Amino acid sequence: MTRLRAWFLAPTWAMQVALFLAPLTIILGYSFLTRGVYGGITSPWTAESYQRLIDPIYLGILWRSFWIAGLSTALCLLLGFPLALFISRAESHKNFYLGLVMLPFWTSFLVRTYAWMFLLRDTGLANTALQRLGLIHTPLPLLYNDGAVILGLVYGYLPFTVLPLYATLERLDRTLLEAAADLGARPWATLTRVTIPLSAPGIRAGAILVFIPCLGAYLTPDLLGGGKSVMIGNLIQNQFTNSRDWPFGSAVSLALMAIVMILLFTIARGDGEDLL
Amino acid sequence: MQCVLELRDVSKHYPSHHAVNNVSLSLAPGEFFSLLGPSGCGKTTTLRLVAGFEEPTNGDIRLNGTNIGSLKPYHRNVSTVFQNYALFPHLTVQENIEFGLRRRPGNHTAARVRDVLELVQLTGKESRRPGQLSGGERQRVALARSLVLEPDVLLLDEPLSALDPNLRKQVRSELKAIQRRVGITFLFVTHDQEEALSLSDRLGVMNQGRLEQTGTPQELYLRPRTRFVASFLGAVNWIGDIGVRPEAMRIARQPSGNSHRCHPATIVQSTFLGNCVHVDTRLADGASVVVEVSRLGESFAPGESVHISWEPADELRFSETPKGDTPRA
Repeated sequence: MTRLRAWFLAPTWAMQVALFLAPLTIILGYSFLTRGVYGGITSPWTAESYQRLIDPIYLGILWRSFWIAGLSTALCLLLGFPLALFISRAESHKNFYLGLVMLPFWTSFLVRTYAWMFLLRDTGLANTALQRLGLIHTPLPLLYNDGAVILGLVYGYLPFTVLPLYATLERLDRTLLEAAADLGARPWATLTRVTIPLSAPGIRAGAILVFIPCLGAYLTPDLLGGGKSVMIGNLIQNQFTNSRDWPFGSAVSLALMAIVMILLFTIARGDGEDLL
Repeated sequence: MQCVLELRDVSKHYPSHHAVNNVSLSLAPGEFFSLLGPSGCGKTTTLRLVAGFEEPTNGDIRLNGTNIGSLKPYHRNVSTVFQNYALFPHLTVQENIEFGLRRRPGNHTAARVRDVLELVQLTGKESRRPGQLSGGERQRVALARSLVLEPDVLLLDEPLSALDPNLRKQVRSELKAIQRRVGITFLFVTHDQEEALSLSDRLGVMNQGRLEQTGTPQELYLRPRTRFVASFLGAVNWIGDIGVRPEAMRIARQPSGNSHRCHPATIVQSTFLGNCVHVDTRLADGASVVVEVSRLGESFAPGESVHISWEPADELRFSETPKGDTPRA
């Protein structure tokens, strides 16, 4: 029986080792080596890459990544909660609404991000429309700034908050809401004192699902930030391409992973169960 | 008559059915009033109309003379004890009880919470969460949470049905005692006739959205106005159009008295129920009649020929035309 189980698990283990553990070990090895002149790595072993991490420039980028991801997450929750609440309370067509939430996934993220560039650029739809309406005379700087990056991230990751929030709100016992009203709570008080506290698992899951990919986002800041709004993902990409500093890129990658893991463990310990 | 709660021709119609049909009733201050009926009879909908979770299609719901029919639940000074208690799982016992007090003026919150906890005997469990309480304790928290608000009427939606039968009887007498002490008017919804009879000052029996009859437990049991009320409150033997309760039936080996109220019958079986014996008999026309006899009395063997009889005073008579679907005892 145990032998059979081992055989069935073998492909999974093989995949984990080949596609996760092995690359991670390579990255770990690279991070302690010296950069090669044309990229790649060379001896000797050194911890120099890690020492460079505390350079204010890089700490600045890390900090930027954190607040951009944090703000995007907060906006996703703020926009996603009413939407999830609406869908969970809908009398009918719930699956239709959920389908609409997931509809963007039918198209490549890259294509959708390019679409935002066409909407936001100086000669894009937004600026053209505002100019035609006579509201502005010179185009607004909508693209290539932090605002555009946050907009792109919120747009891209909003479904990831809506779905877990919907799942918890759907399960919420309606009589609790009636009980709150019965005890004198107006709708707003019921929302803040009952609905939101009881959807904490969904809020937590949604926050994790948005914050982590946002923190490591590369495509959105690259396209919508125009290279000006550098996040940690762009920094890593840069080390492996233009800067040809593989050891440092590896060190940054591992640092990001460590931060994410520490965050996850902290949240998981604060809650115990119900993590996703 | 001065009344706390009055329903005047209240109806609640849904597209698919009429849940409540022209219900009128009034509750005196401090009264324990039960709405009794089978599931789907409209009793819970009536309660929800009073609580404000549903709006009546027609009719007035008056609380101390003011029509509250269209007010939101949070504007009505009534409070509900839900069937599943609906305690807030993320709050402690103390916080659950304080929940409704937050909006009320006056700052004797701590004292009021302490008093009500003492009343329901939950002192010392303030910091527990609902998940850490037994069913009986949860029920008392739900009661305390509503009582602390001193509502004009306390609405109870089958609050004992989730408890196990042994506990139910104990909680029943506690509930009655608490009601007497606080003097708050109770509107109690149940499908359990024993519960309704033992707890209520007055009760109303509902059937298919209509309130069939209201009165004291004695009135309803002894002088039911409809066949439905007679059958729902206790068992009834039907002999033609006449109903006789099993405990009012007499059984003897010899015929006695008026031949009109004495019929020959055959014993089918006897069931020993501890405090009494139910004797199933069959009349010549095939109708079955249950006679409740004392366990201390004679015993009868299956197949034996006997005579059943009753007193005129014990006959239940109904003016309504008998319906085919009226349940038999």
